[in-house]
Amino acid sequence: MNKVINIALPKGRLGEKVYKLFEKLGYGCPALLENTRKLVFEDEKNGVRYFWVKPSDVAIYVETGVADVGVVGKDILLEQNPDVYELLDLGFGKCRMAVAGKKGEILPLDKTIKVATKFPNIAKKHFTSKSREIDIIKLNGSIELAPILGMSDVIVDIVETGSTLRENDLEVFEDIVNISARFISNKTSFRFKTEEIELMKSRIEKELYND
Amino acid sequence: MPENTLLSFEEKISMKLMSLFSGYGYKKFKMSKFEEYDLYIENKSFLKSDNIIAFNDPTGKLLALKPDVTLSIAKNTAENESEPRKLFYSENVYRVSGNMHEFKEINQIGLEFIGDVDTYSLCEVLNLAKLSLAQISDSYVLDISHMGLLIGLLESTGLPYDAKEEISGYIGTKNSHEIRRVCGEYGVDTVLCEKITTLASLYGSIDKIIPEAEKLIVNDTTEKAVNELKTVCTALKYSGNADNINIDFSVVSDISYYNGITFRGFIENVPGSILSGGRYDNLLKKLGKNSGAVGFAVYMDLLSYLDRDNDRYDADVLLVYDKNASAEEVFNKVNELKSEGNRVFASSVPCKNIKYKTKIILGEE
Repeated sequence: MNKVINIALPKGRLGEKVYKLFEKLGYGCPALLENTRKLVFEDEKNGVRYFWVKPSDVAIYVETGVADVGVVGKDILLEQNPDVYELLDLGFGKCRMAVAGKKGEILPLDKTIKVATKFPNIAKKHFTSKSREIDIIKLNGSIELAPILGMSDVIVDIVETGSTLRENDLEVFEDIVNISARFISNKTSFRFKTEEIELMKSRIEKELYND
Repeated sequence: MPENTLLSFEEKISMKLMSLFSGYGYKKFKMSKFEEYDLYIENKSFLKSDNIIAFNDPTGKLLALKPDVTLSIAKNTAENESEPRKLFYSENVYRVSGNMHEFKEINQIGLEFIGDVDTYSLCEVLNLAKLSLAQISDSYVLDISHMGLLIGLLESTGLPYDAKEEISGYIGTKNSHEIRRVCGEYGVDTVLCEKITTLASLYGSIDKIIPEAEKLIVNDTTEKAVNELKTVCTALKYSGNADNINIDFSVVSDISYYNGITFRGFIENVPGSILSGGRYDNLLKKLGKNSGAVGFAVYMDLLSYLDRDNDRYDADVLLVYDKNASAEEVFNKVNELKSEGNRVFASSVPCKNIKYKTKIILGEE
Protein backbone atom coordinates (compact mmCIF):
# COMPACT_ATOMS: atom_id res chain seq x y z
CA MET A 1 0.00 0.00 0.00
CA ASN A 2 1.50 3.26 -1.10
CA LYS A 3 1.59 6.22 1.23
CA VAL A 4 -0.49 9.32 0.51
CA ILE A 5 1.52 12.23 -0.87
CA ASN A 6 0.60 15.68 0.40
CA ILE A 7 1.01 18.27 -2.33
CA ALA A 8 1.03 22.05 -1.86
CA LEU A 9 0.00 23.96 -4.96
CA PRO A 10 0.11 27.72 -5.44
CA LYS A 11 -3.34 29.24 -5.89
CA GLY A 12 -3.80 30.75 -9.31
CA ARG A 13 -2.87 30.09 -12.91
CA LEU A 14 0.42 28.34 -12.20
CA GLY A 15 -1.17 25.99 -9.69
CA GLU A 16 -3.94 25.07 -12.12
CA LYS A 17 -1.45 24.35 -14.87
CA VAL A 18 0.58 22.16 -12.53
CA TYR A 19 -2.54 20.31 -11.44
CA LYS A 20 -3.41 19.52 -15.06
CA LEU A 21 0.06 18.05 -15.51
CA PHE A 22 -0.22 16.00 -12.32
CA GLU A 23 -3.69 14.80 -13.29
CA LYS A 24 -2.33 13.55 -16.60
CA LEU A 25 0.37 11.62 -14.75
CA GLY A 26 -2.10 9.75 -12.56
CA TYR A 27 -2.33 12.12 -9.60
CA GLY A 28 -5.86 13.30 -10.33
CA CYS A 29 -8.26 14.53 -7.70
CA PRO A 30 -11.54 15.45 -9.42
CA ALA A 31 -12.92 17.24 -6.37
CA LEU A 32 -10.22 19.86 -6.85
CA LEU A 33 -11.84 21.33 -9.93
CA GLU A 34 -15.22 21.77 -8.32
CA ASN A 35 -15.73 25.38 -7.54
CA THR A 36 -15.67 25.36 -3.77
CA ARG A 37 -14.02 27.31 -1.03
CA LYS A 38 -12.37 24.21 0.32
CA LEU A 39 -8.60 24.25 0.65
CA VAL A 40 -7.85 20.57 1.17
CA PHE A 41 -8.74 17.90 -1.40
CA GLU A 42 -8.10 14.20 -1.15
CA ASP A 43 -8.22 11.34 -3.59
CA GLU A 44 -7.66 8.00 -1.90
CA LYS A 45 -7.50 6.01 -5.11
CA ASN A 46 -4.62 8.02 -6.51
CA GLY A 47 -2.97 8.46 -3.10
CA VAL A 48 -2.85 12.25 -3.14
CA ARG A 49 -3.95 15.10 -0.93
CA TYR A 50 -3.78 18.64 -2.35
CA PHE A 51 -3.64 21.98 -0.53
CA TRP A 52 -4.24 25.29 -2.25
CA VAL A 53 -1.99 27.81 -0.58
CA LYS A 54 -0.75 31.32 -1.23
CA PRO A 55 2.14 31.05 -3.73
CA SER A 56 4.64 32.63 -1.34
CA ASP A 57 3.65 30.11 1.37
CA VAL A 58 4.25 26.90 -0.62
CA ALA A 59 7.88 26.62 0.47
CA ILE A 60 6.91 27.02 4.13
CA TYR A 61 4.32 24.24 3.90
CA VAL A 62 6.92 21.95 2.37
CA GLU A 63 9.74 22.95 4.72
CA THR A 64 7.64 22.18 7.81
CA GLY A 65 6.58 18.86 6.29
CA VAL A 66 2.84 19.53 6.28
CA ALA A 67 3.16 19.07 2.53
CA ASP A 68 5.59 16.42 1.27
CA VAL A 69 6.07 18.06 -2.11
CA GLY A 70 5.05 21.30 -3.75
CA VAL A 71 5.48 23.52 -6.75
CA VAL A 72 6.91 26.98 -6.24
CA GLY A 73 8.57 29.73 -8.25
CA LYS A 74 12.36 29.97 -8.08
CA ASP A 75 11.88 33.59 -6.94
CA ILE A 76 10.30 32.37 -3.69
CA LEU A 77 13.07 29.81 -3.17
CA LEU A 78 15.77 32.44 -3.67
CA GLU A 79 14.04 34.91 -1.39
CA GLN A 80 13.18 32.53 1.46
CA ASN A 81 16.00 30.02 1.10
CA PRO A 82 13.98 27.18 2.66
CA ASP A 83 15.61 23.91 3.75
CA VAL A 84 14.06 21.68 1.05
CA TYR A 85 15.14 19.59 -1.94
CA GLU A 86 14.73 21.25 -5.31
CA LEU A 87 14.13 18.15 -7.39
CA LEU A 88 13.06 19.45 -10.80
CA ASP A 89 12.82 22.53 -12.95
CA LEU A 90 9.32 22.31 -14.44
CA GLY A 91 10.22 24.87 -17.07
CA PHE A 92 6.94 26.71 -16.97
CA GLY A 93 5.95 29.96 -15.35
CA LYS A 94 9.10 31.33 -16.98
CA CYS A 95 10.12 34.90 -16.25
CA ARG A 96 13.16 36.72 -14.91
CA MET A 97 14.13 38.72 -11.87
CA ALA A 98 15.48 42.08 -12.99
CA VAL A 99 16.53 45.54 -11.89
CA ALA A 100 14.40 48.18 -13.61
CA GLY A 101 14.07 51.93 -13.48
CA LYS A 102 12.86 54.97 -15.37
CA LYS A 103 13.44 54.77 -19.10
CA GLY A 104 16.56 56.54 -20.24
CA GLU A 105 18.15 56.68 -16.82
CA ILE A 106 21.02 54.57 -15.53
CA LEU A 107 21.84 52.99 -12.19
CA PRO A 108 23.21 55.80 -10.00
CA LEU A 109 26.92 55.27 -9.35
CA ASP A 110 27.73 58.01 -6.86
CA LYS A 111 25.24 57.34 -4.08
CA THR A 112 23.37 54.71 -2.11
CA ILE A 113 20.75 53.18 -4.41
CA LYS A 114 17.16 53.21 -3.19
CA VAL A 115 15.57 49.90 -4.20
CA ALA A 116 11.86 49.17 -3.95
CA THR A 117 11.03 45.47 -4.00
CA LYS A 118 8.98 42.55 -2.78
CA PHE A 119 12.21 40.54 -2.67
CA PRO A 120 14.59 42.24 -0.20
CA ASN A 121 16.92 39.23 0.14
CA ILE A 122 17.39 38.78 -3.59
CA ALA A 123 17.95 42.53 -4.02
CA LYS A 124 20.45 42.65 -1.15
CA LYS A 125 22.39 39.66 -2.47
CA HIS A 126 22.52 41.02 -6.00
CA PHE A 127 23.81 44.47 -5.06
CA THR A 128 26.18 43.13 -2.39
CA SER A 129 27.83 40.97 -5.05
CA LYS A 130 28.47 44.17 -6.99
CA SER A 131 29.71 45.96 -3.87
CA ARG A 132 26.92 48.52 -4.04
CA GLU A 133 25.25 49.96 -0.99
CA ILE A 134 21.47 50.02 -1.11
CA ASP A 135 18.48 51.17 0.92
CA ILE A 136 15.66 48.69 0.65
CA ILE A 137 12.07 49.82 0.53
CA LYS A 138 9.94 46.74 1.08
CA LEU A 139 6.63 46.91 -0.78
CA ASN A 140 3.94 44.29 -1.20
CA GLY A 141 2.56 45.28 -4.59
CA SER A 142 2.45 47.94 -7.33
CA ILE A 143 6.22 48.09 -7.15
CA GLU A 144 6.33 50.06 -10.44
CA LEU A 145 4.91 53.08 -8.67
CA ALA A 146 8.00 53.61 -6.55
CA PRO A 147 10.39 54.99 -9.20
CA ILE A 148 7.60 56.91 -10.94
CA LEU A 149 6.81 58.77 -7.74
CA GLY A 150 10.46 59.17 -6.87
CA MET A 151 10.29 56.93 -3.81
CA SER A 152 13.10 54.76 -5.15
CA ASP A 153 15.79 54.87 -7.86
CA VAL A 154 15.07 51.37 -9.10
CA ILE A 155 12.93 48.33 -8.48
CA VAL A 156 13.84 44.66 -8.26
CA ASP A 157 10.92 42.63 -9.50
CA ILE A 158 9.70 39.82 -11.72
CA VAL A 159 9.50 40.67 -15.39
CA GLU A 160 7.41 38.42 -17.60
CA THR A 161 6.76 40.16 -20.91
CA GLY A 162 7.86 43.63 -19.89
CA SER A 163 4.52 45.20 -20.81
CA THR A 164 3.79 46.47 -17.29
CA LEU A 165 7.18 48.16 -17.29
CA ARG A 166 6.62 49.71 -20.74
CA GLU A 167 3.19 51.01 -19.84
CA ASN A 168 4.70 52.77 -16.86
CA ASP A 169 7.63 54.14 -18.85
CA LEU A 170 10.15 51.91 -17.11
CA GLU A 171 12.81 49.61 -18.55
CA VAL A 172 15.07 46.77 -17.44
CA PHE A 173 18.56 47.91 -16.41
CA GLU A 174 19.96 44.46 -15.74
CA ASP A 175 18.82 40.87 -15.32
CA ILE A 176 19.48 39.09 -12.03
CA VAL A 177 18.33 35.53 -12.59
CA ASN A 178 15.92 33.43 -14.64
CA ILE A 179 12.85 32.18 -12.82
CA SER A 180 10.60 29.18 -13.43
CA ALA A 181 8.47 26.79 -11.42
CA ARG A 182 10.31 24.16 -9.37
CA PHE A 183 9.19 20.84 -7.92
CA ILE A 184 10.36 20.71 -4.31
CA SER A 185 10.24 18.13 -1.54
CA ASN A 186 10.52 18.09 2.22
CA LYS A 187 13.82 16.53 3.33
CA THR A 188 12.24 14.18 5.86
CA SER A 189 9.36 13.15 3.59
CA PHE A 190 11.90 12.30 0.91
CA ARG A 191 13.29 9.68 3.29
CA PHE A 192 10.03 8.17 4.44
CA LYS A 193 8.13 8.37 1.16
CA THR A 194 11.17 7.82 -1.07
CA GLU A 195 9.45 5.48 -3.48
CA GLU A 196 6.38 7.66 -3.97
CA ILE A 197 8.33 10.89 -4.38
CA GLU A 198 10.96 9.42 -6.70
CA LEU A 199 8.22 7.87 -8.84
CA MET A 200 6.41 11.18 -9.06
CA LYS A 201 9.65 12.94 -9.96
CA SER A 202 10.51 10.46 -12.70
CA ARG A 203 6.99 10.63 -14.16
CA ILE A 204 7.14 14.42 -14.37
CA GLU A 205 10.67 14.30 -15.79
CA LYS A 206 9.63 11.82 -18.46
CA GLU A 207 6.57 13.84 -19.40
CA LEU A 208 8.43 17.14 -19.62
CA TYR A 209 11.80 16.19 -21.03
CA ASN A 210 11.51 12.94 -22.95
CA ASP A 211 8.69 13.83 -25.31
CA MET B 1 5.20 5.76 37.64
CA PRO B 2 6.30 9.11 39.14
CA GLU B 3 9.12 9.58 36.59
CA ASN B 4 6.72 8.78 33.80
CA THR B 5 4.39 11.54 34.76
CA LEU B 6 6.92 14.11 35.86
CA LEU B 7 9.50 13.89 33.12
CA SER B 8 8.74 15.51 29.81
CA PHE B 9 9.21 13.60 26.57
CA GLU B 10 12.43 15.51 25.95
CA GLU B 11 13.79 14.69 29.42
CA LYS B 12 13.00 11.00 29.01
CA ILE B 13 14.81 10.85 25.67
CA SER B 14 17.75 12.73 27.11
CA MET B 15 18.08 10.20 29.96
CA LYS B 16 17.91 7.31 27.49
CA LEU B 17 20.58 8.83 25.25
CA MET B 18 22.95 9.54 28.10
CA SER B 19 22.64 6.04 29.50
CA LEU B 20 23.16 4.65 25.99
CA PHE B 21 26.39 6.61 25.58
CA SER B 22 27.75 5.78 29.01
CA GLY B 23 27.11 2.11 28.26
CA TYR B 24 29.84 2.32 25.65
CA GLY B 25 32.29 4.00 28.00
CA TYR B 26 31.64 7.60 26.95
CA LYS B 27 32.18 10.07 29.77
CA LYS B 28 30.07 13.12 30.42
CA PHE B 29 31.82 16.40 29.70
CA LYS B 30 30.50 19.53 31.38
CA MET B 31 31.67 22.80 29.97
CA SER B 32 31.37 26.44 30.81
CA LYS B 33 28.48 28.43 29.38
CA PHE B 34 30.84 30.96 27.87
CA GLU B 35 33.72 30.73 25.50
CA GLU B 36 36.14 33.33 24.21
CA TYR B 37 34.63 35.12 21.26
CA ASP B 38 37.82 34.71 19.21
CA LEU B 39 37.30 30.94 18.95
CA TYR B 40 34.16 31.46 16.91
CA ILE B 41 35.52 34.25 14.77
CA GLU B 42 38.51 32.14 13.76
CA ASN B 43 36.25 29.25 12.84
CA LYS B 44 33.30 31.17 11.54
CA SER B 45 32.47 28.85 8.67
CA PHE B 46 32.28 25.83 10.99
CA LEU B 47 29.16 27.33 12.53
CA LYS B 48 25.93 27.19 10.65
CA SER B 49 25.18 30.84 11.32
CA ASP B 50 27.47 33.70 12.24
CA ASN B 51 25.10 35.22 14.77
CA ILE B 52 26.68 34.93 18.19
CA ILE B 53 25.66 36.52 21.48
CA ALA B 54 28.80 38.32 22.65
CA PHE B 55 29.40 40.35 25.79
CA ASN B 56 32.23 41.70 27.94
CA ASP B 57 33.28 39.95 31.12
CA PRO B 58 34.13 42.10 34.19
CA THR B 59 37.74 42.48 32.99
CA GLY B 60 36.63 43.64 29.56
CA LYS B 61 37.41 40.42 27.71
CA LEU B 62 34.99 39.59 24.92
CA LEU B 63 33.05 36.41 25.61
CA ALA B 64 30.32 34.58 23.78
CA LEU B 65 27.45 32.31 24.75
CA LYS B 66 28.35 29.02 23.06
CA PRO B 67 26.66 28.57 19.70
CA ASP B 68 28.31 25.16 19.36
CA VAL B 69 29.84 22.47 21.55
CA THR B 70 32.16 20.61 19.20
CA LEU B 71 34.52 23.58 18.89
CA SER B 72 34.91 23.78 22.67
CA ILE B 73 35.69 20.07 22.90
CA ALA B 74 38.12 20.25 20.00
CA LYS B 75 39.85 23.23 21.61
CA ASN B 76 40.28 21.31 24.87
CA THR B 77 41.98 18.41 23.15
CA ALA B 78 45.67 17.93 23.85
CA GLU B 79 47.99 18.53 20.92
CA ASN B 80 48.99 14.90 20.72
CA GLU B 81 46.43 12.55 22.20
CA SER B 82 48.04 9.17 22.80
CA GLU B 83 44.81 7.54 23.89
CA PRO B 84 41.30 7.88 22.52
CA ARG B 85 38.88 10.15 24.38
CA LYS B 86 35.21 9.23 24.39
CA LEU B 87 32.96 12.03 25.56
CA PHE B 88 29.32 12.97 25.58
CA TYR B 89 27.57 16.17 26.58
CA SER B 90 24.18 17.67 27.15
CA GLU B 91 24.47 21.41 26.74
CA ASN B 92 22.47 24.45 25.77
CA VAL B 93 23.66 26.33 22.74
CA TYR B 94 22.49 29.73 21.56
CA ARG B 95 21.71 30.12 17.90
CA VAL B 96 19.53 32.08 15.57
CA SER B 97 16.96 29.71 14.24
CA GLY B 98 13.70 29.66 12.38
CA ASN B 99 12.20 32.23 10.10
CA MET B 100 11.94 34.91 12.74
CA HIS B 101 15.72 35.34 13.03
CA GLU B 102 15.66 35.37 16.79
CA PHE B 103 18.10 33.81 19.23
CA LYS B 104 16.98 30.56 20.75
CA GLU B 105 18.33 28.36 23.51
CA ILE B 106 18.63 24.87 22.09
CA ASN B 107 19.44 21.75 24.04
CA GLN B 108 21.95 19.60 22.24
CA ILE B 109 23.03 16.13 23.26
CA GLY B 110 26.04 14.78 21.50
CA LEU B 111 29.02 12.55 21.50
CA GLU B 112 32.60 12.92 20.34
CA PHE B 113 35.32 10.39 19.73
CA ILE B 114 38.77 11.98 19.62
CA GLY B 115 41.86 10.00 18.77
CA ASP B 116 42.97 7.62 16.09
CA VAL B 117 39.72 6.88 14.24
CA ASP B 118 39.93 3.26 13.09
CA THR B 119 37.14 1.35 11.36
CA TYR B 120 35.74 0.00 14.62
CA SER B 121 35.60 3.43 16.30
CA LEU B 122 33.89 4.91 13.27
CA CYS B 123 31.35 2.09 13.23
CA GLU B 124 30.80 2.44 16.96
CA VAL B 125 29.92 6.11 16.55
CA LEU B 126 27.65 5.36 13.57
CA ASN B 127 26.00 2.58 15.52
CA LEU B 128 25.43 4.90 18.48
CA ALA B 129 23.92 7.47 16.12
CA LYS B 130 21.58 4.80 14.84
CA LEU B 131 20.68 3.60 18.34
CA SER B 132 20.06 7.20 19.41
CA LEU B 133 17.52 7.60 16.65
CA ALA B 134 15.92 4.28 17.62
CA GLN B 135 15.47 5.60 21.17
CA ILE B 136 13.43 8.48 19.80
CA SER B 137 11.18 6.65 17.36
CA ASP B 138 10.79 3.38 15.47
CA SER B 139 10.43 5.31 12.24
CA TYR B 140 13.92 6.62 11.62
CA VAL B 141 16.58 6.72 8.93
CA LEU B 142 20.32 7.27 9.23
CA ASP B 143 21.85 8.60 6.02
CA ILE B 144 25.57 8.16 5.45
CA SER B 145 27.73 10.00 2.97
CA HIS B 146 31.41 10.38 2.25
CA MET B 147 32.72 13.87 1.56
CA GLY B 148 35.62 12.43 -0.43
CA LEU B 149 33.42 11.66 -3.41
CA LEU B 150 32.21 15.20 -3.79
CA ILE B 151 35.64 16.67 -3.07
CA GLY B 152 37.26 14.34 -5.61
CA LEU B 153 34.69 14.97 -8.33
CA LEU B 154 34.93 18.74 -7.84
CA GLU B 155 38.74 18.55 -7.91
CA SER B 156 38.68 16.90 -11.31
CA THR B 157 36.44 19.62 -12.79
CA GLY B 158 39.14 22.24 -12.24
CA LEU B 159 36.43 24.81 -11.50
CA PRO B 160 37.17 27.99 -9.52
CA TYR B 161 36.40 27.99 -5.79
CA ASP B 162 33.13 29.93 -6.11
CA ALA B 163 31.69 27.54 -8.66
CA LYS B 164 32.67 24.56 -6.51
CA GLU B 165 30.91 26.10 -3.53
CA GLU B 166 27.85 26.76 -5.66
CA ILE B 167 27.77 23.16 -6.89
CA SER B 168 28.20 21.69 -3.43
CA GLY B 169 25.22 23.82 -2.33
CA TYR B 170 23.15 22.33 -5.15
CA ILE B 171 24.23 18.81 -4.17
CA GLY B 172 22.78 19.56 -0.72
CA THR B 173 19.39 20.37 -2.26
CA LYS B 174 19.51 17.52 -4.84
CA ASN B 175 19.23 20.18 -7.50
CA SER B 176 20.42 18.46 -10.70
CA HIS B 177 19.17 21.13 -13.11
CA GLU B 178 21.23 23.92 -11.52
CA ILE B 179 24.33 21.69 -11.44
CA ARG B 180 23.90 21.13 -15.18
CA ARG B 181 23.52 24.88 -15.68
CA VAL B 182 26.72 25.75 -13.75
CA CYS B 183 28.68 22.95 -15.46
CA GLY B 184 27.37 24.17 -18.81
CA GLU B 185 28.45 27.74 -18.11
CA TYR B 186 31.99 26.62 -17.29
CA GLY B 187 32.16 24.05 -20.06
CA VAL B 188 32.69 21.07 -17.76
CA ASP B 189 32.98 17.74 -19.58
CA THR B 190 29.45 16.29 -19.88
CA VAL B 191 30.41 12.85 -18.57
CA LEU B 192 31.85 14.42 -15.44
CA CYS B 193 28.84 16.72 -15.11
CA GLU B 194 26.48 13.74 -15.28
CA LYS B 195 28.53 12.04 -12.55
CA ILE B 196 28.06 15.05 -10.30
CA THR B 197 24.30 15.17 -10.92
CA THR B 198 24.12 11.42 -10.25
CA LEU B 199 25.88 12.05 -6.96
CA ALA B 200 23.15 14.53 -6.04
CA SER B 201 20.28 12.18 -6.81
CA LEU B 202 21.61 8.81 -5.57
CA TYR B 203 19.60 7.64 -2.60
CA GLY B 204 18.89 4.22 -1.17
CA SER B 205 20.10 1.21 0.73
CA ILE B 206 23.78 0.24 1.02
CA ASP B 207 23.41 -2.66 -1.39
CA LYS B 208 21.71 -0.51 -3.99
CA ILE B 209 24.02 2.50 -3.84
CA ILE B 210 27.56 1.12 -3.35
CA PRO B 211 27.73 -0.36 -6.89
CA GLU B 212 26.41 2.96 -8.27
CA ALA B 213 28.98 4.91 -6.26
CA GLU B 214 31.75 2.75 -7.72
CA LYS B 215 30.83 4.03 -11.16
CA LEU B 216 31.57 7.58 -9.99
CA ILE B 217 35.25 6.95 -9.26
CA VAL B 218 37.41 9.35 -11.27
CA ASN B 219 40.60 9.76 -9.23
CA ASP B 220 42.43 8.72 -6.05
CA THR B 221 40.27 10.84 -3.73
CA THR B 222 37.03 9.35 -5.02
CA GLU B 223 38.43 5.84 -5.01
CA LYS B 224 39.61 6.15 -1.41
CA ALA B 225 36.22 7.54 -0.44
CA VAL B 226 34.24 4.72 -2.01
CA ASN B 227 36.54 2.14 -0.45
CA GLU B 228 36.22 3.64 3.01
CA LEU B 229 32.45 3.83 2.63
CA LYS B 230 32.40 0.22 1.57
CA THR B 231 34.52 -0.93 4.52
CA VAL B 232 32.31 0.91 7.00
CA CYS B 233 29.08 -0.32 5.41
CA THR B 234 30.32 -3.92 5.34
CA ALA B 235 31.22 -3.68 9.02
CA LEU B 236 27.82 -2.18 9.87
CA LYS B 237 26.07 -4.91 7.92
CA TYR B 238 28.19 -7.57 9.61
CA SER B 239 27.09 -6.38 13.02
CA GLY B 240 23.49 -6.58 11.84
CA ASN B 241 23.04 -2.86 11.96
CA ALA B 242 22.37 -1.93 8.40
CA ASP B 243 18.59 -1.73 8.34
CA ASN B 244 17.34 1.85 8.38
CA ILE B 245 20.72 2.97 7.06
CA ASN B 246 20.76 4.61 3.65
CA ILE B 247 23.46 6.21 1.57
CA ASP B 248 22.82 9.79 0.52
CA PHE B 249 25.53 11.97 -0.97
CA SER B 250 23.44 15.10 -0.56
CA VAL B 251 24.51 15.04 3.08
CA VAL B 252 27.08 17.78 2.59
CA SER B 253 29.03 19.56 5.30
CA ASP B 254 31.63 22.29 5.09
CA ILE B 255 34.65 20.75 3.37
CA SER B 256 37.18 22.84 5.25
CA TYR B 257 36.20 21.13 8.51
CA TYR B 258 34.70 17.81 7.62
CA ASN B 259 36.46 15.06 5.72
CA GLY B 260 35.44 11.48 5.26
CA ILE B 261 32.19 10.05 6.53
CA THR B 262 29.35 12.43 7.36
CA PHE B 263 25.84 11.47 8.40
CA ARG B 264 22.38 12.77 9.24
CA GLY B 265 19.50 11.24 11.13
CA PHE B 266 15.84 11.73 10.32
CA ILE B 267 12.67 10.85 12.22
CA GLU B 268 9.33 10.59 10.48
CA ASN B 269 7.20 13.73 10.95
CA VAL B 270 10.14 15.81 12.17
CA PRO B 271 11.09 18.30 9.44
CA GLY B 272 14.82 18.51 8.81
CA SER B 273 17.56 16.39 10.34
CA ILE B 274 17.41 15.78 14.08
CA LEU B 275 20.90 14.27 14.21
CA SER B 276 23.95 15.45 12.41
CA GLY B 277 27.56 14.38 12.55
CA GLY B 278 30.72 13.35 10.80
CA ARG B 279 34.43 13.03 10.76
CA TYR B 280 36.16 16.34 11.46
CA ASP B 281 39.91 15.71 11.44
CA ASN B 282 40.29 18.93 9.44
CA LEU B 283 38.87 21.03 12.26
CA LEU B 284 41.37 19.57 14.74
CA LYS B 285 44.18 20.15 12.27
CA LYS B 286 43.12 23.78 11.95
CA LEU B 287 43.24 24.12 15.74
CA GLY B 288 46.76 22.67 15.70
CA LYS B 289 45.89 19.23 17.11
CA ASN B 290 47.36 16.07 15.85
CA SER B 291 44.47 13.69 16.02
CA GLY B 292 41.34 12.46 14.33
CA ALA B 293 37.78 12.95 15.50
CA VAL B 294 34.25 11.88 14.77
CA GLY B 295 31.04 12.81 16.54
CA PHE B 296 27.42 13.82 16.29
CA ALA B 297 24.78 15.93 17.97
CA VAL B 298 21.06 15.43 18.50
CA TYR B 299 18.93 18.58 18.34
CA MET B 300 16.53 18.07 21.21
CA ASP B 301 14.36 21.08 20.37
CA LEU B 302 13.02 19.22 17.33
CA LEU B 303 11.49 16.60 19.62
CA SER B 304 8.60 18.98 20.14
CA TYR B 305 7.26 17.77 16.79
CA LEU B 306 6.77 14.31 18.29
CA ASP B 307 5.51 15.22 21.73
CA ARG B 308 1.80 14.73 21.28
CA ASP B 309 1.37 13.75 24.90
CA ASN B 310 -1.73 15.85 25.54
CA ASP B 311 -3.32 13.55 28.04
CA ARG B 312 -0.86 14.37 30.75
CA TYR B 313 -2.70 15.18 33.98
CA ASP B 314 -1.61 17.70 36.53
CA ALA B 315 -3.18 15.56 39.26
CA ASP B 316 -5.09 12.33 39.58
CA VAL B 317 -7.62 13.72 42.00
CA LEU B 318 -9.01 17.18 42.46
CA LEU B 319 -10.21 17.33 46.03
CA VAL B 320 -12.66 20.15 46.64
CA TYR B 321 -13.36 20.99 50.28
CA ASP B 322 -15.60 23.47 51.93
CA LYS B 323 -13.89 26.62 53.16
CA ASN B 324 -15.23 25.92 56.62
CA ALA B 325 -14.01 22.35 56.74
CA SER B 326 -11.37 21.72 59.38
CA ALA B 327 -7.77 21.45 58.25
CA GLU B 328 -7.47 18.08 59.98
CA GLU B 329 -10.36 16.71 57.99
CA VAL B 330 -8.79 17.82 54.68
CA PHE B 331 -5.39 16.49 55.76
CA ASN B 332 -6.86 13.08 56.50
CA LYS B 333 -8.55 12.86 53.13
CA VAL B 334 -5.44 14.04 51.25
CA ASN B 335 -3.27 11.51 53.09
CA GLU B 336 -5.75 8.75 52.41
CA LEU B 337 -5.83 9.51 48.68
CA LYS B 338 -2.05 9.86 48.58
CA SER B 339 -1.55 6.50 50.24
CA GLU B 340 -3.62 4.98 47.44
CA GLY B 341 -1.01 6.30 45.00
CA ASN B 342 -2.89 9.35 43.74
CA ARG B 343 -1.49 12.77 43.09
CA VAL B 344 -3.83 15.15 44.86
CA PHE B 345 -4.67 18.77 44.26
CA ALA B 346 -6.68 20.10 47.18
CA SER B 347 -8.59 23.32 46.81
CA SER B 348 -11.58 25.07 48.32
CA VAL B 349 -12.66 26.25 44.86
CA PRO B 350 -13.30 23.85 41.95
CA CYS B 351 -10.28 24.83 39.82
CA LYS B 352 -10.73 24.91 36.08
CA ASN B 353 -7.09 25.46 35.23
CA ILE B 354 -5.78 22.07 36.22
CA LYS B 355 -6.23 18.78 34.41
CA TYR B 356 -7.36 15.93 36.65
CA LYS B 357 -8.79 12.46 36.26
CA THR B 358 -11.43 12.52 38.97
CA LYS B 359 -13.01 15.13 41.17
CA ILE B 360 -13.96 14.38 44.77
CA ILE B 361 -15.95 16.76 46.89
CA LEU B 362 -15.04 16.32 50.52
CA GLY B 363 -17.92 14.95 52.58
CA GLU B 364 -19.98 13.97 49.56
CA GLU B 365 -18.80 10.50 48.66
